[in-house]
Amino acid sequence: MSDIELRIAVDNLLARYAHAIDDDRLEEWPGFFVEQGIYRIVTAENLERGLPLPLMLAESRAMLRDRVNALRRANVYEAQRYRHGVSSTLIDRIDSARVRATSNFICVRIMQSGESLLFASGRYLDRILLEGEGGLPQFEERVVVLDSRAIDTLLAIPL
Amino acid sequence: MSAISEKMSWPEEGLTRVPYRVYQDQEVYACEQQAVFRGATWTFLGLEAELPEPGDYKTTFVGDMPVVVCRDESGVTRAFENRCAHRGALLALKNRGNTREFACVYHNWTYDLSGKLTGVAFRRGVNGKGGMSADAKPESQSPRSFRVEVYCGLIFGSLSADAPPIETYLGPEVAARLRRVMKEPVKVLGTYSQLLPSNWKLYIENVKDTYHASLLHLFFTTFRLNRLSQKGGVIVDGDGGNHVSYSMTNTGGTGSEYERDKMRSADAGFGLEAPQLLEYVDEIGDGVTLQILSVFPGFVLQQIFNSLAVRQIIPKGIDRSELVWTCFGYASDDEAMTARRLRQANLIGPSGLISMEDGAATGFAQRGSAGAGNLLSVLEMGGSDVASSDSRVNETSVRGFWKAWRRHMKL
Repeated sequence: MSDIELRIAVDNLLARYAHAIDDDRLEEWPGFFVEQGIYRIVTAENLERGLPLPLMLAESRAMLRDRVNALRRANVYEAQRYRHGVSSTLIDRIDSARVRATSNFICVRIMQSGESLLFASGRYLDRILLEGEGGLPQFEERVVVLDSRAIDTLLAIPL
Repeated sequence: MSAISEKMSWPEEGLTRVPYRVYQDQEVYACEQQAVFRGATWTFLGLEAELPEPGDYKTTFVGDMPVVVCRDESGVTRAFENRCAHRGALLALKNRGNTREFACVYHNWTYDLSGKLTGVAFRRGVNGKGGMSADAKPESQSPRSFRVEVYCGLIFGSLSADAPPIETYLGPEVAARLRRVMKEPVKVLGTYSQLLPSNWKLYIENVKDTYHASLLHLFFTTFRLNRLSQKGGVIVDGDGGNHVSYSMTNTGGTGSEYERDKMRSADAGFGLEAPQLLEYVDEIGDGVTLQILSVFPGFVLQQIFNSLAVRQIIPKGIDRSELVWTCFGYASDDEAMTARRLRQANLIGPSGLISMEDGAATGFAQRGSAGAGNLLSVLEMGGSDVASSDSRVNETSVRGFWKAWRRHMKL
């Protein structure tokens, strides 16, 4: 895969992921990961201090599906949507099958009242398998590093 | 400041009614800064494990007051107001660090690790000109020092000489339940904050409200993890302001009360695909799977399965508060136990499968009562008194909070 092809493939994965979350297609979310994929949300503060505490942690697609099921059927939160902006992606090859990608993101949270809040900003630290299921790239690992140590009210929908 | 009792009176029903005004009124807020946070109470300041070395410090708050918590050269834990004697600027600007002294950046006045003023820049002037007169006493405006007591690794501070010793303040039963969790040295796994759109008291009431747990937090009931029919109870101690609620592994009852009352939480019927989330080790060995402990005014110690945390509620105005979570394990934990605690961190915090609703629910109460400052909320579950109970369908510990709050507020 040429550098250009690689960038297109990674950008496409990042964009499809952001649109799935922002369009409330959470059932598609686990499919962006390999079966034993890892998803973690951490704060930059804890990461810099070498402290492992996550806000969310899934160690498999099954755990991601459990999170979606809980959000749909058990957890109670006000209607809200996200709008992601993802940019400045750096790509490094690990081997012929995998890359690391580091991107910036911002996420606006829109409440039903109309309140729009800059809810989260940070980095995605991704390890991507280039030819996953269906020949499409998938995350082996996605670590969401929040710039802030504080979350407004709650963080229900994944970032 | 004039007494709040000159501005308002408590409803004659007593502890079964709470005026919504107490969550909305700037005068109430100002009064409780003095009477509660700077009064004869103990505020949690941090874990000893956060300050392992001499010179280690962290910053926190007691009510609105910024505070430095520090381990001095001889290893003694100190706490003092984070305010320069001169113009009131912050002394420590970082959340944490290690230092040999504190120097105010504004005019370079310096302080030792106990918060004592040790140097005033150009005190005698320059080239015989300027400076302070020999009888000036800037020390008279020094940052206030806290009484500090460290109990089982938890650092508490009080500005009042009238607060009883911490163990007395906790009460014997709450102290015993606190020792149960803080049984050995701990290590910090991480910290974060949740910004709550509500008065601080709505959150601490939520913590003490054993009635809501299985009704609001449907993850518990949907997965049949905790029902009010499960064996457990609530202990009220320390003159009402402190509490412990707990539940045990072995279930009792059929849970049919939920189906009968057609509650949303009866809508069960799906299981976890990855049940390792809840894989639990009874590490304390008494079958208690969940214990929530609170100490007046704003401290919470949590054991939810193997997830251990301290929480500290900090008021940020009448309708905002910051909930600081610090999760920990024991220093002796092996890798498997640390991994278990990190997995179970999914249950707690702003993304917590069983806790995320609390941040929203207290905000719903703040918003819903916005036009009801002269009206009252109802606290009659389990009667009207403040007493321990083996039923969690009960608001006894919430009434206990108001008993303590009114005593300090003289209302």
